[in-house]
Amino acid sequence: MGMPISIHVRGADVDSPTVAQGVEAAFALLREADRLFSTYQRDSEICRIRRGELDPTQADPLVRQVMTLCQEAGELTRGAFTCLLPDVDGVLRFDPAGLVKGWAASRAACRLADLPGFRYCLNAGGDVVVGGTDDEAGGEPGAPWRVGIENPRDRSQIAEVVELQHGAVATSGTAARGAHLYDPARGTFVDRTGSVTVVGPDLMWADVWATALFVGPASLHGLFSEVADGYRVISL
Amino acid sequence: MRRIVFVTLTTVTALVLLFSYHTSTNSAKVASTPAVRPRGSSGPAAATYTGEVGDTLWGPVQVRITVRGGKITLSEAVQYPKQNRRDVEISGTALPILNQEAVQRQSAAIDTVSGATLTSDGYQRSLQSAIDKAHL
Repeated sequence: MGMPISIHVRGADVDSPTVAQGVEAAFALLREADRLFSTYQRDSEICRIRRGELDPTQADPLVRQVMTLCQEAGELTRGAFTCLLPDVDGVLRFDPAGLVKGWAASRAACRLADLPGFRYCLNAGGDVVVGGTDDEAGGEPGAPWRVGIENPRDRSQIAEVVELQHGAVATSGTAARGAHLYDPARGTFVDRTGSVTVVGPDLMWADVWATALFVGPASLHGLFSEVADGYRVISL
Repeated sequence: MRRIVFVTLTTVTALVLLFSYHTSTNSAKVASTPAVRPRGSSGPAAATYTGEVGDTLWGPVQVRITVRGGKITLSEAVQYPKQNRRDVEISGTALPILNQEAVQRQSAAIDTVSGATLTSDGYQRSLQSAIDKAHL
């Protein structure tokens, strides 16, 4: 499935070369992530690791960083979030795509945060990260970005609007791609309706928690409230 | 305050492969059709912008919006999945609602959407693409 990534920048003088360079730097980071992690490019490091041709300890530092983050995410969510997913043959293999999406978008957004006096909104296939300051608003964040959360039971409707000046919004659910979210505790793909949206400071962790809370037991919400400082959940 | 949006076709093409999940109906990649250039003037007269083709599990969806005075006045689905009865059924119900929704949403000033999906996903992405191109 396609996942276009769009970047909106607001502020005075958005046509400046500085802004264009910042946006290009953001896209460059996304392309780099694609080069390392694409499971469709046979020679990507992730494919070579999956085939056993590349020792993970010898992989690119970014790949090793993602592997560490996958482990942390699994521990933090008591195993509800996992990067070990059944391959087409049913064998569990390392597949960090679920984590890489938010991780890569978050890194790309840092290049936009480097642009002083501009506000940005980056949407990567429904994962949203916003921030920046607006010189025209006296260096304040300015008017918030309005992020619509799709109603998972009626995709033509917006269920809620989140207003955000800095932070991230990530949504997990089956309305997008059917039962593609894996529950490692049961060893099955989750097929229930609805969605979970997490709003918080970091997109990667918002995404991890949105997935974990969607597939995991109801009790995981309790853990989320305790440990995920600054994050909130919207269950639809 | 002006705003400008950037979307790169190369990034779409490169990343469509990375972020595809494996599903039993994993299908063709996003079409690489380049975006149609805006026609008409961009002043007070209406300008028409056609979004990039958004791929879905069932086929391509592409949207054209007409902008007059900085507001979207009309959304049309230029092509939509019609390979089988189910496609037409879904497109028949989803697209007309979305046409209205697209216009209403713009007036409700939603900047972006979290959780877009399937046929609506193709449409939504394409609408976002069309909005991006209109530099609204």
